[in-house]
Amino acid sequence: MSRFVYADNAATTAVKPEVISEMMPYFTDKWGNPSSLHKKGREAAIALEEARARIAACLGAEAKEIYFTSCGSESDNWAIKGAAALGRAKGKTHIITSKIEHHAVLHTCEALEKDGFEVTYVGVDAEGFVNVDEIKTAISDKTAVVAIMTANNEIGTIEPIAEIAKIAHAHGALMFTDAVQAVGNIPVDVRALGVDMLALSGHKIHTPKGIGALYIKKGVRIRNLIDGGGQERGKRGGTENLPYIMGLARAMELAVERLPKMAEVARLRDRLRDELLKIPHTSLNGPRADEKRLPGNLNIGFEYIEGESISLLLDAEGICVSTGSACASASLDPSHVLLATGVPHERAHGSVRFSISDDTTAEDIDYILEKLPPVITRLREMSPLYSEAKAAHLI
Amino acid sequence: MSMLYSEKVMDHFMHPRNVGEIPNADGVGEIGNAKCGDIMKMYLKIDNGIITDAKFQTFGCGSAIATSSMATEIIKGKPVEEALKLTNAAVVEALGGLPAVKIHCSVLAEEAVKCALADYYKKQGIDHPVIKEAEELMGRDEEHEHAPVDED
Repeated sequence: MSRFVYADNAATTAVKPEVISEMMPYFTDKWGNPSSLHKKGREAAIALEEARARIAACLGAEAKEIYFTSCGSESDNWAIKGAAALGRAKGKTHIITSKIEHHAVLHTCEALEKDGFEVTYVGVDAEGFVNVDEIKTAISDKTAVVAIMTANNEIGTIEPIAEIAKIAHAHGALMFTDAVQAVGNIPVDVRALGVDMLALSGHKIHTPKGIGALYIKKGVRIRNLIDGGGQERGKRGGTENLPYIMGLARAMELAVERLPKMAEVARLRDRLRDELLKIPHTSLNGPRADEKRLPGNLNIGFEYIEGESISLLLDAEGICVSTGSACASASLDPSHVLLATGVPHERAHGSVRFSISDDTTAEDIDYILEKLPPVITRLREMSPLYSEAKAAHLI
Repeated sequence: MSMLYSEKVMDHFMHPRNVGEIPNADGVGEIGNAKCGDIMKMYLKIDNGIITDAKFQTFGCGSAIATSSMATEIIKGKPVEEALKLTNAAVVEALGGLPAVKIHCSVLAEEAVKCALADYYKKQGIDHPVIKEAEELMGRDEEHEHAPVDED
């Protein structure tokens, strides 16, 4: 029997009906501009500040530490460029980040290099954990900001952010973390992490696309990215996207409510992992220890075949996944994350990421386990690498 | 950037023609490398200068498999001299187009055919310019590096 199984929640998530319900009145009725002094504006302003407080509560922050943006990428750009500009004014022209960050962070750092900043891209180990000693060696009083992701989008590695934040602060640097993949999957508390800035995105936690937020710890004064009419206490110009902000507030609450259910998601993921690893010439990418990996993330390398072919054949069966193969992107190189963990090019091309959610059922996992092995067999039978390895008695 | 495949490409990917090996083939050519994510291996059966059978094995993405399949379809039944004139553009056209980033797959398909034909001439003891061309193509794949291309 055919099904539709969405196992690509790290790319985006289904919009939850509760989120839409929360948003609707702000399209149809409460459409005022929160900056207006009249009744329509006041009603919008009250909702806006309530949403801010609700989101802050989900992160262990204060309401005035939450700033709304258009997306995770804007939050990443703002945090790093804003901290860099602040740093430069104090003679700090160095940035530390990792080789496995999202492109919104990596390309922002590359842009700053062109502007004269020195950037250290620290490496990771085979499981994707950033090399903390490398950070300790690279950091100095010239370091403006340390930008390390809370959890990786491809292999799910949960980084030791609290430890890294202490190192950053000991050297007078700001600590920023991109928590886009972590929020909704693991507890995220800004005080426990000890960060100065934290980025999140709505569409990874079941809002529509087009809303993000940046936490900026009170007392931290980074430069603006978008100047404008004084919105967000003068820090981020642009009339607030109130319906989406309301949706984000609901989505954050739902994310916190479902955290206890994520252990069940991890159990489903573990079953998928254990069964898939029984397929010969198959390996696990990313962390071995469950508690150091996002509960819904699984990344598997299938030797002798290529990931785009796998995902296209799975798509034909109604299964949505993504791949670290170059062939699935405009780039000719495979996933920078897998390469940074030391996975060779040929194996990175054959990697598939499954990212499941609390909407995933045991039947969905059964369905993947029914449909995937024949796809692997079919592509291997077509692969010259596989038949050559067999002929050479390597397998 | 659109990554949508045409119906023809999907048809040749989902139902590839001529997959497999030809035992004792008259010409075998292999091009590409695993590091780049595409390898095509082409097998030809040639009788009296006519390609009577063509089969392929491919490690690669959807368009790599589809272009291999289409290339074998085009050259089957053709005289070798005509198959030598196969261009990647002809493969692309026969497939109803390819996304810009996938054009290199059609180039590999053309080259795999050339390499198989070069092997055929070599086995026949015929000195043909395609032999040198094929050697250069295979030499390139040993060492070439990609220039970085940004994602959108």
